[in-house]
Amino acid sequence: MDCFHCSKSAVIEVQHGALCKTHFINYFEEKVLKTINKYRLIGRKDILCVATSGGKDSLTVLYLTKKYCERNNIPTKNIRALAIDEGIAEYREKTIIDLQKFCSDHQIPLEIVSFETELGKTLDQAYPIINKGTQKKPCNVCGVWRRYLLNKYAAKSGATKVITGHNLDDEAQVIMMNIFKANTQLAGRMGPISGIEESEHFIQRVKPLYFCLEKEVRLYALLKGFQVQFTECPYSKEGFRHHVQEMLNDFEQKYKGTKQGIINSFLALLPNIREQEKGRIDEIKQCSRCGEAANKEVCNACVMKEMIING
Amino acid sequence: MNITVYNEREKTTLQIEFNGKTVTDLLKELKINPEVFLVVRNNEVIIGDETVHDNDVFELLSVVSGG
Ligand code: SF4
Ligand SMILES: [Zn+2]
Ligand SMILES: [Zn+2]
Repeated sequence: MDCFHCSKSAVIEVQHGALCKTHFINYFEEKVLKTINKYRLIGRKDILCVATSGGKDSLTVLYLTKKYCERNNIPTKNIRALAIDEGIAEYREKTIIDLQKFCSDHQIPLEIVSFETELGKTLDQAYPIINKGTQKKPCNVCGVWRRYLLNKYAAKSGATKVITGHNLDDEAQVIMMNIFKANTQLAGRMGPISGIEESEHFIQRVKPLYFCLEKEVRLYALLKGFQVQFTECPYSKEGFRHHVQEMLNDFEQKYKGTKQGIINSFLALLPNIREQEKGRIDEIKQCSRCGEAANKEVCNACVMKEMIING
Repeated sequence: MNITVYNEREKTTLQIEFNGKTVTDLLKELKINPEVFLVVRNNEVIIGDETVHDNDVFELLSVVSGG
């Protein structure tokens, strides 16, 4: 099949037709830059901390954040990359090597923070201990600690925005998970820009790849020659999320546009969800142990840390 | 016809005998969801309606990166 715009052969079919390499790259970049503009994800005075892992999403978002700044005369020295090394054998080491190379090629300062130095144990070591007492899955532990360190180190670097590489698939999965689990409070915090106003303890999260399918991101990273070796977290098949992901991909194959439909419905409802949750969202407090943002006296990260110490 | 298929996710290379016509037919035969893989032949990404030829070598690249 030929490209919808020219006669070259197509590399992908998107909603309005097939696209060749050049036209796909244009389409993808325009979509991301438009998202940043429309939702005001990046402001002139922002200090930007890009949460990175070395996977396709984070390299793509890092690259396009820099491109956006260059196009709009925003100083690129305001961009920094932050990576969290969870300590997952055979996995994270590999993606971090790709990340280091990418950041040095693109002259973006990179800081790497590890679970092991910060929390005393790698995820591989901590998970069995925490699981024993709580039945928690590796992704629960990983998520709590990663958010905690991301927030802490983004704040330390003076960041006013945290940029993440979440794509449309990620968001659609979480929307469905929140629906399945009746988690409306969490739903209010989603969207291309996190709802909670900037506070002393919480830096706004923004998602420039919000409208990009995971397939599109992989294709873009491939066509741009970003070095991304395929690696998969050994725990990724253990979670609830994995089942939701498979279900959505299955649906997408049978009913094209399913994922986009979920996002569109969610965005239409989001203002109402936020309004409704306004009164209910407990004010963000400070953890009495570590001082980081928490919705309880002691934050989840500290609770888990304690379990490790007590074995 | 005989073709070779490398699967990035499973890290396997299969030599298969294939009697269909297009890439879409091939993915169907391999029970692979086209939403989850990109298909590469001779270093070019191709889409489902491309014709498969004898001795073609395909790479199936996983779209999903777990984690
Ligand atoms: S799959 Fe789970 S354990 Fe692995 S990196 Fe992602 S959240 Fe962490
Ligand atoms: Zn074209
Ligand atoms: Zn704490």
